[in-house]
Amino acid sequence: MSGQKLLDAEDIRRVLTRIAHEIIERNKGAEKVALVGIASRGDHLARRLAEQILEIEGTKVPVGVLDITFYRDDIGLKAEAPVVSETRVGFDINGVTVVLVDDVLFTGRTIRAAMDALMDFGRPRKIQLAVLVDRGHRELPIRADFVGKNAPTGRADDVRVLLEESDGEDAVVVEEAG
Amino acid sequence: MNKHLLSMHDVTAEDVVRILDTAESFREVGTRVIKKVPALRGRTVVNLFYESSTRTRISFELAAKRLSADVINFSTGGSSVSKGESLKDTALTLQAMGADAVVIRHSSSGSPYQLTKWVKASVLNAGDGTHEHPTQALLDLYTMREKLGRLEGLRVAIVGDVLHSRVARSLSFGLVKMGADVTLIGPPTLIPPDAPSWGVQVSYDVDGALPKLDVCYVLRVQRERQRLEYFPSVREYSRLFGLTRGRVGALPEGALIMHPGPMNRGVEIDSDVADLPQSVIEEQVTNGIAIRMSLLYLLLGGSGSEEASADA
Repeated sequence: MSGQKLLDAEDIRRVLTRIAHEIIERNKGAEKVALVGIASRGDHLARRLAEQILEIEGTKVPVGVLDITFYRDDIGLKAEAPVVSETRVGFDINGVTVVLVDDVLFTGRTIRAAMDALMDFGRPRKIQLAVLVDRGHRELPIRADFVGKNAPTGRADDVRVLLEESDGEDAVVVEEAG
Repeated sequence: MNKHLLSMHDVTAEDVVRILDTAESFREVGTRVIKKVPALRGRTVVNLFYESSTRTRISFELAAKRLSADVINFSTGGSSVSKGESLKDTALTLQAMGADAVVIRHSSSGSPYQLTKWVKASVLNAGDGTHEHPTQALLDLYTMREKLGRLEGLRVAIVGDVLHSRVARSLSFGLVKMGADVTLIGPPTLIPPDAPSWGVQVSYDVDGALPKLDVCYVLRVQRERQRLEYFPSVREYSRLFGLTRGRVGALPEGALIMHPGPMNRGVEIDSDVADLPQSVIEEQVTNGIAIRMSLLYLLLGGSGSEEASADA
């Protein structure tokens, strides 16, 4: 694969360990915390964070996956209706601190859609946001609570997150726009 | 995907898989406390029903509402149709009101196709005469795939009044497209003469077929459509072709019993047979909402033009 490697497998492991510690620190434990990953790669990251939290704190936090397609603000703008994947939030989010987990934070539109989707499942006590890479270029007033790596990128650059579960390897690659 | 859904011939096998997969996600929405998503906010769906229908109209209405679309129900009683307005003038009125999708049921075969000539909206056929009823076929395919895990190679018998049944036509086309093995069974007077050209087999013997089936799909005896006497008596029909309590034991274990509704209990299906655990008639209704949400989403969720896709 061409492009510049922003994070390799070891970096990703360390970053996730740090974020897991930060989530526990910020919430004074993990008792009333749940992780919800945004499909498709956020759910893999959410599961890994849950494993780390279990290891560090001994608390098993519930993990869900959210597909935000039906909440997107660009339905009807593309030629074909966006492809939908699975949503599974098998626990009660009322009164819980929900940490949304995504791979890349970019315009913020996905997170806006994810918050709307989450609210349809109940009333969480708090929503926090954890991302592996923050690449800037926000179009909405949204900020992450836990960031793996800040990466200054061009608006048209391609930031690709590869994960073992879906792509067979762990890496974050930035490809500059030609 | 095609802009309209008039017939099962409008969709490819890949389209069918996409429609069923998308319906899977909408099934999940149907299990939430808030069973509504904002996907089609601001779109208008018109239900244009020239024939009485409870479940299909309500199912489409609920599907559109759960997608946050605005729904207008237009049925012939109490509308300008009873004052003699033609289908074309009604269509032009809907067009002028800015409908994005028109769901039409009409007693004349081909009227949904006519409608596509007059309106810019996507047209969904909710049953036209004795021609087709594709959304029913898709919800039946969904139910079969969900319960039995596959469509390819399934052995399905469609039993009863095939001649007048738009459900039987759409379902046969859909099943054959997906690689299932379809047999039509009924009195010779109620089997359409061109049936062999659909890629299905024809039989007149229910008892011989039952032990080899994965799905026994029972059709309603449509007495309102039968202008002639196609069989001597309801009792004789029930004895020869009805799915009776005595007959149902011949079905293999795990085989499904399906019916598009509304049922004539005691005619084509015995009352206790309809209530057996292997009968999935209620699930068909539930799945109907998810399938119609999936179709409205796929037909209205794109701009339909290639240029608009540039800014991703």
